[in-house]
Amino acid sequence: MVKGRFGIHGGQYIPETLMNAVIELEEAYNRLKDDAEFKEELNSLLMNYAGRPSPLYYAKKMTQDLGGAKVYLKREDLNHTGSHKINNVLGQVLLAKYMGKTRVIAETGAGQHGVATATAAALMGMECEIFMGKEDTDRQALNVFRMKLLGAKVHVVTSGTQTLKDAVNETLREWSRRADDTHYVLGSVMGPHPFPTIVRDFQKVIGCEVRKQILEMEGRLPDALVACVGGGSNAIGLFYDFIEDRDIRLIGCEAAGHGIDTDKNAATITTGTVGIFHGMKSYFCQDEYGQIAPVYSISAGLDYPGVGPEHAYLHDTGRAEYVAVTDNEAVEAFEYLSRIEGIIPAIESAHAVAYARKLAPTMGKEQILVVGLSGRGDKDVAAIARYRGVDIYE
Amino acid sequence: MNNINNAFTNGKAFIPFITAGDPSIEITEQLVLQMAEAGADLIELGIPFSDPVAEGEVIQGANIRALSGGVTVDRIFEMVKRIRCKCTVPIAFMTYVNPVFCYGPEKFIRNCKEAGVDGLIIPDLPYEEKGEIMPFCTKYGINLISMIAPTSKNRIRMIAKEAKGFIYCVSSMGVTGVRENIGDEAREMVELVKTVNDIPCAIGFGVSTPEQAVKMTKFADGVIVGSAIVKIVEKYGSECVPYVVEYVRTMKNAIKTM
Repeated sequence: MVKGRFGIHGGQYIPETLMNAVIELEEAYNRLKDDAEFKEELNSLLMNYAGRPSPLYYAKKMTQDLGGAKVYLKREDLNHTGSHKINNVLGQVLLAKYMGKTRVIAETGAGQHGVATATAAALMGMECEIFMGKEDTDRQALNVFRMKLLGAKVHVVTSGTQTLKDAVNETLREWSRRADDTHYVLGSVMGPHPFPTIVRDFQKVIGCEVRKQILEMEGRLPDALVACVGGGSNAIGLFYDFIEDRDIRLIGCEAAGHGIDTDKNAATITTGTVGIFHGMKSYFCQDEYGQIAPVYSISAGLDYPGVGPEHAYLHDTGRAEYVAVTDNEAVEAFEYLSRIEGIIPAIESAHAVAYARKLAPTMGKEQILVVGLSGRGDKDVAAIARYRGVDIYE
Repeated sequence: MNNINNAFTNGKAFIPFITAGDPSIEITEQLVLQMAEAGADLIELGIPFSDPVAEGEVIQGANIRALSGGVTVDRIFEMVKRIRCKCTVPIAFMTYVNPVFCYGPEKFIRNCKEAGVDGLIIPDLPYEEKGEIMPFCTKYGINLISMIAPTSKNRIRMIAKEAKGFIYCVSSMGVTGVRENIGDEAREMVELVKTVNDIPCAIGFGVSTPEQAVKMTKFADGVIVGSAIVKIVEKYGSECVPYVVEYVRTMKNAIKTM
């Protein structure tokens, strides 16, 4: 495969101002990824600071209730900072430190990636600035305060649709102003090469652990893996180690918002077309003239008009399936998992839980379904209450 | 020979940028014709994009105004055809790669040729990815303009060797927008380019005053001014034409005899 390409997808479509920054990053990553000292330091952080490995939990009540496949939950919600984002962030901020950078910047949607970046920056003594759309700072006010508490400066982005895509725009602009001492900690498997590869490599620990854990618990591999997909980092993290196991179904759940037949959705692979944006060729929600469409999801973390290039490729080749889950289905799954297993999932992860509720009953009792529970739902409680007409604010 | 070469035959070149459709396609048409008359040597016409990541706030605003006014790539092609009945000023489109890609790169470049567009500037299409568009530019004789930045350093020779038309030298780090001080990095870039390719170099990003333009054209072949003009368009709206014309005349006069 051509460097930085996943089939036709991927690439490095960024201004010349940033080209040497991504080349420098690629060189540093290639040098350090197999470096014993770097690997040891990262593994130690993942184990002792982030709390890895995360449990693979057999959801017995959910399994009984759904009456089909055995359902396992990969508990990324139990990581430090409450989501899978910490895996990538510890890797990238450590990489930045080895590169001699003293400042990190990042975009965030729901705030999970911003919180994780601010956390890693505090830990490793780096200056940290986070860009977040105004719509998201409003609906995730608690995470904004959390980032400030961790010592980060939060920039409220008021350009464009004031959500995740605009936060990425502003972070790219800031990086082009100041790349010498600054690393852009991209939060998902997207953007220009080498980001989709670096982020996937730092997230693949999720699937690698699942393989080991399920073999210990069941003595066999699962039949299907389900994860939510915005940019797609937790999904690629779960899927990657199983791509060569051809008979395991890989299913990504996109945000259908109010429905894929409405213009209020963020189901990029389901409703989008091939385009070039944010440094990569991939699928995007856009109009016939290539103007990026305003997208919508109840979940700030899935509210993004594009998808990582490796997912686009897995879709093109048919290796992975992508389905769309509506706001309503996700909210019901949010409540369902809270009641049946005592686990409040992130509203992003609830999209995967919602599809698992449909899929498990269609599978045999001897089959195994692993659901990526990418984050915890504390941050979403107020928004879900509002969705249900209960007027509480954080 | 591409029409772009003519931009550098009347002293130092003044290259104004405006966003097509801001505030309306009719005003854009008048601006092009009258800026050409006032001495503009090449006109950079922005095709608006929803997410212009290389632009500062001023040109972001122009993109939003133009798009909400309903301008499309097709309407811009039609406008250039109308302009070409009256005026031969070299014209380069400035847009992002996605509008070109989604329109169909070959169809887009063929339409450029048919409408009379001479060049294309795509800030998010770096050297490594130019294969996306370049074959069609070669086929239809459109110059794909190369950009270099202060961070380009070891890449400048590689880029300059294959450059066509002119080289767009980004004066300083960051996005477009008026700046008070422009560093000396621009001079070094231009000097390096000239060692590998005898191609005109125009400086853009941050230039707004006649004094800056004079300073830049001591070593460069022209200056590109965007945000300063777009600010005038923003301020005066559909009344902007005489104010823009006056600005263009002042800038061209300042550098003409450099």
